[in-house]
Amino acid sequence: MKKEEVPQDDGKLLEGKFKVVKYAVDEEGRYDKVASVGWEPENVVMEQAWDAIHENVEHARQQFLKGEWSPLRYHMEKNLMELGMLADHMGMFRWRVWWHFRPSAFNNLSPAVLQRYADVFQITVDELKTVDKAPNA
Amino acid sequence: MPDIRIPFEHHQSAHCETGVISNLMGFHGLQVSEPMAFGIGSGLFFSFFPFIKINGIPVASYRNLPGDIFKKFSKRTGISFERHSYRSPEKAMRELDETLERGLPVGMLTSVFYLPYLPKAFRFHFNAHNIVVYGKQGNDYLVSDPVMEEPTIIAPNALVRARFAKGMPNTNGRMYFPTKVPAGVDLRKAAIIGIKATAKDMGTIPVPLFGGRAINYLAKHMRQWPEKQGDRKSKLYLGQVVRMQEEIGTGGGGFRFMYAAFLREYADTYNIPEMVPMAAEMTAIGDRWRAFAYEAGRAVKGRDGMNGSFEALADIVDECGHRERDFFQRLMKVKL
Repeated sequence: MKKEEVPQDDGKLLEGKFKVVKYAVDEEGRYDKVASVGWEPENVVMEQAWDAIHENVEHARQQFLKGEWSPLRYHMEKNLMELGMLADHMGMFRWRVWWHFRPSAFNNLSPAVLQRYADVFQITVDELKTVDKAPNA
Repeated sequence: MPDIRIPFEHHQSAHCETGVISNLMGFHGLQVSEPMAFGIGSGLFFSFFPFIKINGIPVASYRNLPGDIFKKFSKRTGISFERHSYRSPEKAMRELDETLERGLPVGMLTSVFYLPYLPKAFRFHFNAHNIVVYGKQGNDYLVSDPVMEEPTIIAPNALVRARFAKGMPNTNGRMYFPTKVPAGVDLRKAAIIGIKATAKDMGTIPVPLFGGRAINYLAKHMRQWPEKQGDRKSKLYLGQVVRMQEEIGTGGGGFRFMYAAFLREYADTYNIPEMVPMAAEMTAIGDRWRAFAYEAGRAVKGRDGMNGSFEALADIVDECGHRERDFFQRLMKVKL
């Protein structure tokens, strides 16, 4: 990649916070760091990854609204976690966390356990008990 | 506690691990560029595991394991690091403070997800991000994150959170710092070991999961994706490969440009004219990887049938595989 070919396709992914470094060659084939705001293919695949995540989050939100799943599943998806990772954070067995995905089991949780879940997601217990009103809030 | 501000020079880099090495070495008076650290630590690699899936997507990687560059750099240069990991966050933060008070900048492992200063789009649960903490301002810590243009600050509770993330792997508050860099470190010797190891791994590993062969293995699987996985999954698989190649931290072209920069720096520093065309060839291979990413981006975005485009994409990957294997087999023979 030549220096003048370093792409500058801003996909707003970096939020204007900084530019990233790419390595590119000059006329003599020597390398230098060149700042880049992004590249179209990179923006496309990042957007694709986030779309997939947002789909999962929205599905979990709908399942909660239908009364099928507890809000725990929604918060887990929103925090990009999987069952195993959430269980790790809680210091619980997976099956126990999995059990709490049921509304009935979740509603019987003690305040202490609810607080621990809320701490993992860095939210309040009240927020834990419900989901966001709009998709992808 | 009074503020601490260690005179640490922050230089932005493409990749976190090599950036931290380069900056920490600079502090201790040894000039090592990012590509040099990358080459010495044998950062360039390739692996593809069709049967190991993360979030249901098979893993392709253009580099060695996180932390590996560090280990190899340390071993090959003979520069030793003090390394600690902790169970207790309190102890981890106390010992960080004590090390800062001794005037030493500290490298540490963090999770990207919990670093509030990074743009949201990049904050996945990637638990192997390296940063340097080089001081305190009130309760906040001064942070040199190598992928950022400027140093930044982080609140103590956020730093604790990032240092004690669970997942793959647990970060366990791991921190490391050289106490002293000895005079007369032989970077050339270390670089030779690095080049030989990379050339051997990429050129000769006989199993298809690692090294140059893994690239051809990826191409073979890629051809089958549309038929076996369907349209949606094929695109997700393809997107993941491109992310690993071009995402923040690679310097472009799946680290191939950074490696070419290393070869060129080696050629110029130690006057090996034979290496100059090799560096140019590595650049050309990196350009082919970029051509692949460009076409892949269009395929991911496109709505039409994709069977044809997957064949064409796999052709480029296949070509890269053959070229890299051939390249590294010849690199083994270059007189260093």
